[in-house]
Amino acid sequence: MNDLLNLLRRDARRSAGELAAQLSLNEADVEAQIAEWEKDGTIRGYQAMIDPALEEGDDVTAFIEVRMTPERGGGFDRIARRIAHFDQVTSCYLSSGGFDLLVVVKGRDLLSVAAFVSEKLSTIEGVISTATHFRLKSYKENGFLFGDDGDVERLPVSP
Amino acid sequence: MMAMLSAFQSRHKLIAPMDLNSKLASHLQTIPRSGIRDFFELVIGRDDVISLGVGEPDFVTPWPIREAAMRSLDRGETSYTSNLGLLSLREKISEYVETFFNVPYRGSDEVLITVGVSEALDLALRALVNPGDEVIYHEPCYVSYSPSIVMSHGVAVGVATKKEDGFSLKPEALAAVITSRTKIVMLNFPTNPTGAVASREDLEGIARLCIEHDLIVISDEIYSELRYDEEEHLSIAALPGMRERTILLHGFSKAFAMTGFRLGYACAPTVLIEAMMKIHQYGILCAPITSQAAALEALTGGEDLYLSMKESYHQRRDFLVERFNEMGIDCHCPGGAFYVFPDISKFGLSSKDFAIGLLESEQVAAVPGDAFGESGEGFLRCCYATGMDDLKSAMDSIERYIGTL
Repeated sequence: MNDLLNLLRRDARRSAGELAAQLSLNEADVEAQIAEWEKDGTIRGYQAMIDPALEEGDDVTAFIEVRMTPERGGGFDRIARRIAHFDQVTSCYLSSGGFDLLVVVKGRDLLSVAAFVSEKLSTIEGVISTATHFRLKSYKENGFLFGDDGDVERLPVSP
Repeated sequence: MMAMLSAFQSRHKLIAPMDLNSKLASHLQTIPRSGIRDFFELVIGRDDVISLGVGEPDFVTPWPIREAAMRSLDRGETSYTSNLGLLSLREKISEYVETFFNVPYRGSDEVLITVGVSEALDLALRALVNPGDEVIYHEPCYVSYSPSIVMSHGVAVGVATKKEDGFSLKPEALAAVITSRTKIVMLNFPTNPTGAVASREDLEGIARLCIEHDLIVISDEIYSELRYDEEEHLSIAALPGMRERTILLHGFSKAFAMTGFRLGYACAPTVLIEAMMKIHQYGILCAPITSQAAALEALTGGEDLYLSMKESYHQRRDFLVERFNEMGIDCHCPGGAFYVFPDISKFGLSSKDFAIGLLESEQVAAVPGDAFGESGEGFLRCCYATGMDDLKSAMDSIERYIGTL
């Protein structure tokens, strides 16, 4: 069934029939499995992969390294969850190395991201410091390459 | 001034146009135009066509292989290599062939790296064939076999294979065409265009005949990694008594999706490799070094690099075979390569007319079976090295098309 998840990861818009044909499974079984995953939370949702360079508008994205003081009992979890709840935060990971949390934040412009960091993020108790890096260009996201040279020419008929 | 001009004109008119056709080598003139090329010209320039007509993977070469080619260029590896090819690559090939085909060859003098299997095939024929020698091959087959035999001044003897036999070469059929002039048997399993594979029993029968009649085998096993249904590839070279009389041809184009790198190789006893090298060194000198560096990476990565492509082919094969049979077109389930060869004879059209009709009415291109030899008439070669979405709509189109016949 991992093959099915991998196919969905690449393209979630395929119909159960197509997925079943590709995996030599029964269409009804595929439908039932997907429904089960949706129910138990294995599948949280479906998104479009959008090339930011081609998207209209000029949202900014920042990668913020956050250093925190762990709490007795809960470690980083409580503060991390609190940060993750903000709508501006699109991703949030606990990380090993020189900082504790990597927070990805999306905003209208530089000022709005700066305001979020200074007013919301850095004022949370337990947050020691933040370092904000603005994204300049995306090359790859979730397995999708951006800005490739497009299709390579291929002969329509060859021996 | 006018006088000069008219003098020039009259002189010019006196020169008879040269008959270039009469200058062409006569054996070349006996070779007909390629059926693939005829069909290619009907399709080229049209961008609305879903093509099942290709003979190469739809995948781009795996990244680690491309990266290795770039790294080789970065290091400034831009020179000739040994005529045989890089020793490091030949040794890697020797290791790979021993593991994969179960036949040992010395990298030092029993492996020759060529510009694709096509060059290796040409070298093998030219190294062995005297004018008039008969070379047997099984049909339907890759388009170059018969012409290559003729270009090496041999006599091409085709043996038809049958749908009922899964397009395998039956020993009885081979025995029927062996004469005192037969020198070589050419094999290609899995087969382009039928996807056929040969059973151990058939290969053993063929091997027995080759030993009995003291024949050489040229075995083109370019599709050998692309075997489905969990069956392992068996090379005729691995059968008892066959290594000494077999030239095993393989390359990187299909499994590793490296067609444009143009890299193949021949494995054979030293005497045969030496003879092939004699031609190769004057004609080609050596295969391109960048491609050789890429190939070294391909064999280092091995199966991991092509497994996901192979899985895709497998799924697509199952889909096509099922769809064809569902719509009432008899399609045998091929054990390898990336082609299916459905039988369209019941519609009463020639393969060519069927394919042209399909192209005109539904914009789907599939190559008429007779492009691969007379015995391919009544069939269509459909390559499934094409995305699943395109395959799906191509199948719907074919179903619509046969509804109009």
